[in-house]
Amino acid sequence: MELTGAEIAIRCLQEEGVEYLFGYPGGAVLHIYDALFQQEKVKHILVRHEQAAIHAADGYARSSDKVGVALVTSGPGITNAVTGIATAYMDSIPMVVISGQVPTSAIGEDAFQEVDAVGITRPCVKHNFLVKDVKDIAPILKKAFYLAKSGRPGPVLVDIPKDVSNHKTEFNYPETVSIRAYNPSGKGDSTQIKRAAQMLLEAKRPMVYAGGGVVLSGAATQLTDLVRLLGFPCTNTLMGLGGFPATDKQFVGMLGMHGTYEANMAMQHCDVLVAIGARFDDRVIGNVAHFAEIPRKIIHIDIDPSSIAKRVKVDVPIVGDIKAVLDELLAVLRVSKRQPNAADLDAWWKQIKEWNVKGGGLRYKNSTEIIKPQFVIETLYKITHGDAFVTSDVGQHQMWAAQYYKFDQPRRWINSGGLGTMGFGLPAAMGVQLKHPDATVACVTGEGSIQMNIQELSTCKQFHLPIKVLSLNNRYLGMVRQWQQFFHGDRYSESYMDALPDFVKLAEAYGHVGMRIENPADVEPALKEAFARKKDLVFMDFQTDPKENVFPMVPGGKGLSEVVLSEDL
Amino acid sequence: MRHIISLLMENEAGALSRVAGLFSARGYNIESLTVAPTEDATLSRMTIVTRGSDAVIEQITKQLNKLIDVAAVMDLSEGEHLERELMLVKVRAEGHDRDELKRMTDIFRGRILDVSSHTYTIELTGTRSKLDSFLQSIDAGLILETVRTGASGIGRGERILKL
Repeated sequence: MELTGAEIAIRCLQEEGVEYLFGYPGGAVLHIYDALFQQEKVKHILVRHEQAAIHAADGYARSSDKVGVALVTSGPGITNAVTGIATAYMDSIPMVVISGQVPTSAIGEDAFQEVDAVGITRPCVKHNFLVKDVKDIAPILKKAFYLAKSGRPGPVLVDIPKDVSNHKTEFNYPETVSIRAYNPSGKGDSTQIKRAAQMLLEAKRPMVYAGGGVVLSGAATQLTDLVRLLGFPCTNTLMGLGGFPATDKQFVGMLGMHGTYEANMAMQHCDVLVAIGARFDDRVIGNVAHFAEIPRKIIHIDIDPSSIAKRVKVDVPIVGDIKAVLDELLAVLRVSKRQPNAADLDAWWKQIKEWNVKGGGLRYKNSTEIIKPQFVIETLYKITHGDAFVTSDVGQHQMWAAQYYKFDQPRRWINSGGLGTMGFGLPAAMGVQLKHPDATVACVTGEGSIQMNIQELSTCKQFHLPIKVLSLNNRYLGMVRQWQQFFHGDRYSESYMDALPDFVKLAEAYGHVGMRIENPADVEPALKEAFARKKDLVFMDFQTDPKENVFPMVPGGKGLSEVVLSEDL
Repeated sequence: MRHIISLLMENEAGALSRVAGLFSARGYNIESLTVAPTEDATLSRMTIVTRGSDAVIEQITKQLNKLIDVAAVMDLSEGEHLERELMLVKVRAEGHDRDELKRMTDIFRGRILDVSSHTYTIELTGTRSKLDSFLQSIDAGLILETVRTGASGIGRGERILKL
């Protein structure tokens, strides 16, 4: 039987086991929405802005190992989606986005709601397709899902003109897919893995530096086994949090611009560094030249060869799926009779402990007068027993959440690391809550970020998503304010947020529960009350200290050991 | 350093813009770029001449390989290779300049493709430096128009870029 292109597209999603399709209808996708209406397998989540559809699909993907899927219309539909797509691209999140396009006969004529979707998204997708023939819809969608989740994952866009979605053809979903120019690597090179093992065993001051690739590859168990087997210190990037248990005694904290003193000092002073699914980006190692001043051997494991030797010189490159590489590395180390030199390792740990004392770990001065944002996160950790899914927006609150919520499992910490997209947190939390309906989902945000996608409170009401929103309201775009204080002579240019809405009333207007918390003594009772309301979305407006800054801090362009601890100011 | 990168890619709409977009997005330099289908109509062969440090060239080849439409990449400059570029030059050819231009064309093993009472159109093939030196050898004031294809490259002997 012949089906329309729209029906075929939906059948493809069914074949791929898609549970939720996040989207927003419009002229160019009317046929697809019509096909969606006539089936029940794929559930559609109607967002209030296309950017939120992409972030929700993204949160769904990050909190599971599945591909997030979104559907938007042509023109403004796809341009609104671009921020979300770029967010997913920077963090290598598997995603398929279907966009409508004007009819093929109108392409290039500046038709109503026409935009070159393939052109606009080209630099921020893993790959994209314009479907010109209804016969291509099924094979292209098959390829799109395969590309999105294989190799280094990423978003894939499929642009379907309106006439193509209405043409008819036989539906056959291909069972296999082959793309001759695309062969992602699986296993790593065994010789290189043996070299890496030897280098690790000979290290005097070793360091394990693990990023988001560990989470994406599902290799948290292998990483944990490796670190424990060797007795080495381990740090995680912002994207890698949860890849190694934060409460483990071998965890030295997050590294980078707002990482712990000991993690950054150990990165700087180690003699053998193994980087796993991480990419030495500017927010992680700061100044490249400064980082290179102290020579160290670097082993770099990544599925993407272009991530290796991009910013730093690498001695042992290993291209492959992290899980497979670590399995093989563990096997080599286990059969080896050798152990790392215990005396060297003891001395190294002693040094790291000294750095911990000098840096003071993560600390802040709590107050009985004014709510400290760090205290809110610590209390959140306490009352959720470290077991919540935590999404965040971007800024100071994001850093405090990363520092003070100790993630012991992967895929629990959901944030926009690479692109740094404000407005990510709430829609991402929707995707997480849909994927994990019984789980506790907290969105840590600020009064700046939340207003970038606050309309999604309406989506949350429609789909009964009991997200707990913790807004750390300091009346400032806090991270901007912090940089202006440090680097721009206290000139707070446009970083003060005036004329804020009454968030309690706003939450109530959307049909949710709103709470305003002003006193430190009320933080814990308020959080307890909010999290006890299992069926409600609760918006908590915490009035926090406007002057609080994020420490430690490696200023932009500085080296990892040029860190500013709070006492230095 | 100057590098000549050859690649095979799917002969599909948009493939060229993926390569060109990659160069502009990542701030890589393109000196010239030529592309045309191969004997296998599903594949196009591209030659890109670029400049950069070893680290930049390594990134360029890795990033090109990462493009889904790119099937094979080779840095021709890493080994023995041939490089040819075609140039068409229209010159003002009057009076005694006509003989001089004919002589120079012969010396550079070029051909005069088109003759009018006041102009010659000269075809020249060779390496970039040969074409450059031809242009330097004739009176610059006589040059009316030049059009160059950019380099095409191929490995010597058994150095073959094929799927």
